[in-house]
Amino acid sequence: MAADPDSQPLLEARAITKRFGGVRALEGVSASFHAGEVVAVMGENGAGKSTLMKCLAGVHQPDAGEVAVDGNVVTIADVRAAEDLGIAFIHQELNLAENLDVGANVFLGREPRIFGPFFNRREIRVQTRNLLKSLELQIAPDTQVRNLSIGHRQMVEIAKALSQEARILIMDEPTSSLSLHETKILFRLVNRLREEGMCIVFISHRMAEVEELADRVIVLRDGHNSGDLGRKEVSRDSIVSLMVGRELVAHEKTAVEAGEVLLEVRDLRVARFPDTGVSFEVRSGEVVGMAGLVGAGRTEVARAVFGIDRALGGSTRVKGEKVDIKHPQDAIQAGLALVPEDRKAQGVILNMAIRDNVGMVGLNQWQRSGFVNDRQVDEQAEEARRSLRIRTPSTRQEVSTLSGGNQQKVVLAKWMPLRPEIFLLDEPTRGIDVGSKGEIYEVIDKMTADGAGVLAISSELEEILRISDRVLVMHEGRIAGEVSRDDPQCSEKGIMQLATGGK
Amino acid sequence: MLPEENKMFSVKKLLRKNPKLLVIFGLLLLLFTATSLLQPSFRDPGTLTNTMRWIGLYGIISIGVAFVIITGGIDLSIGSLIALSGVMLPMLLKGDIFFSDPVPVPLAFGLVLLISLAIGLFHGVLVTKLGLQPFLVTLCGLFIYRGLARAAGNDQTQGFGGDFGGLKDALVKDKLFDFVPMSFVVLIIIGIITAIVLNKTVFGRYLLAVGHNEEAARFSGIKTDRVKIAAYMICSLLGGFAGMLFVLDTNGATPSSFGNFYELYAIAGAVLGGCSLRGGEGAIFGVICGAALVQVAEKAVFFLGVEEKSKFTVIGIFILIGVIADELFRRLSDRRSGAGVGGDPPGEAAESSSP
Repeated sequence: MAADPDSQPLLEARAITKRFGGVRALEGVSASFHAGEVVAVMGENGAGKSTLMKCLAGVHQPDAGEVAVDGNVVTIADVRAAEDLGIAFIHQELNLAENLDVGANVFLGREPRIFGPFFNRREIRVQTRNLLKSLELQIAPDTQVRNLSIGHRQMVEIAKALSQEARILIMDEPTSSLSLHETKILFRLVNRLREEGMCIVFISHRMAEVEELADRVIVLRDGHNSGDLGRKEVSRDSIVSLMVGRELVAHEKTAVEAGEVLLEVRDLRVARFPDTGVSFEVRSGEVVGMAGLVGAGRTEVARAVFGIDRALGGSTRVKGEKVDIKHPQDAIQAGLALVPEDRKAQGVILNMAIRDNVGMVGLNQWQRSGFVNDRQVDEQAEEARRSLRIRTPSTRQEVSTLSGGNQQKVVLAKWMPLRPEIFLLDEPTRGIDVGSKGEIYEVIDKMTADGAGVLAISSELEEILRISDRVLVMHEGRIAGEVSRDDPQCSEKGIMQLATGGK
Repeated sequence: MLPEENKMFSVKKLLRKNPKLLVIFGLLLLLFTATSLLQPSFRDPGTLTNTMRWIGLYGIISIGVAFVIITGGIDLSIGSLIALSGVMLPMLLKGDIFFSDPVPVPLAFGLVLLISLAIGLFHGVLVTKLGLQPFLVTLCGLFIYRGLARAAGNDQTQGFGGDFGGLKDALVKDKLFDFVPMSFVVLIIIGIITAIVLNKTVFGRYLLAVGHNEEAARFSGIKTDRVKIAAYMICSLLGGFAGMLFVLDTNGATPSSFGNFYELYAIAGAVLGGCSLRGGEGAIFGVICGAALVQVAEKAVFFLGVEEKSKFTVIGIFILIGVIADELFRRLSDRRSGAGVGGDPPGEAAESSSP
């Protein structure tokens, strides 16, 4: 069933305005969604994508404008009201009770009853099984959610939406934490639901998946409508220029001659893959990309090198000298820096000021007999704001007020004053907008130009290919292959083959 | 460096940085004024001095437990530790424990403080290295130190009799300007020192970081275990020290009851003063106000003629009102600031980066 653009829209946003305090998140934004179409909503962080979705799903109430379902203006007071109208919303951070099984989650709050207050376990199991079967999922209804992969959890959320007879499925960055394989399964499912006449709306930062999946792309910029592109008009360039309002200059990697070996890891073994050793080196001036599927052991390697987890075996040398790293502090002393994969949990302290976050690592070096050198902290924070273009009125704002891209700049900023020689970057641009991505690539470029060595882990092949001089591909705890930039195998396809265990 | 420190203690600046303090300060004034109106003898200088004496004693343990609460932990053993230190001090000074001869005052103090530090170290190591929950570790401590106090004192009240009057006066009872009791002076000194530690030292910054997000702190190279252990040691050190002041104040300690429930007074003071049990938040000035509020409530109950049997109910309700007022205010200010964007007054940055 193909969507007919002239048909009555299933869901419509009409000139919606939403303010938070003094900040305008949405200003007169309109959008319409039809049965049987997949719509991607794109925009830089802070453009208002999530806010628009939340206004449609009853999480937020618009300050002005109206929402219409089947042409009738409705007030969506809360999430429950949205569900009753057939609108299901799947948050980026999934909302499942991990301690319950799949069936209990699917029917949470709407349990079929038996004998008054008791829920009907059998009924739940049967219905859930049928639902999962119809989605072609190999999950048992009585599996504890905590034992499911992120991908499967998302499927459970979708099953839950279907059980509520949702006609409109809204997903906020559904693929941000999925492996490639899981993403494929999700896409297949989305295509099937479209066939069945469902309307699927998803927020995404990934151009490739938008091109692959979307019938239409709605682009927001600074809380305004910026464009509405049909399938034929969708192209990277058109979307990016609508998002940022300017043509992006393609990032050109500065050619730097790889110099001395800065980091040498030999036969490193981590708890998850106790039998396979990992060896690699990073030279001055080069970016070594580390590709692989989610769960291939890349993050574990970075954590072990940096002293977050103890390695089971192996040795690390920095500039030829053996170092024994038992704690991140040892790694810092040896000249290493880590930008961790989970920005909010590991990278920044959300409820502390930007300046205090920037100062977190350097504090110890700048202290004057135990006292904080506040002047130094402020200078470094201002310096970081200028050089990394952190967009904030004041470095005394809490980090939580910043957009994802700017938060990531704060993570980078806290290392800069120490001038580390080796950077371990774990998903340095996960979940951040195109503009900030480009800026972070520039920072990486500057690192290597200054003679540092970078190990960059990324699940986005496009990113790996763009920034790396050489790529290590991991598969199930070992390095399955290495390709250098001018190698013919240095392509999305070649790397994917190595990552999935092929040759 | 010094001029910077002086400026730090401007109450105005503190309130602007942490508007929550306004609420607690306001409640304190309100409760005090209301009680004084109903019962004028409540504001007699003698009564005031008396109230301040108690604020001094309880304020010290509130500050101690605040350090642990800031790391996201809790210490339930303070009351028992107070009993242990309160029993040991007179026994040491009289030569009834460890030594057969009376121990000189500084040595007795040193010994009790050393034992307190060891207890804090013990708590901290169990919490960090073994990963036990602070609630359980210190709950066991609550039983153990109470038992130790009773065993050490042979379940007999241990006191000074008529001796050591000078010591009692110097640390608790003497009045500065004929009005401010020494225990309050001691509290202010400890308050100033701990405020400097919390706000101006690298350790203090680390403590707040660990409280907000331990994982991110560790990823930044902070030795989070050490920071937390130190917090437990500070808490027990101040608890043990306060125990000695308490026994000097009462002249004797009965091992089975001395210090009962004091950990709860301490926690109530710290939480009312703005420490979040989730960790990361806390300011010493607020904690002192919080401890003061609890004590003023307790005294007000007495002055308003509430019967002894209803005392705890009324105090509990007072504290609950304080917590509710604080929560309501927090929501109000959250709503005002919206998504949190707004910006500080432009002068702020320039002001605090003094040369």
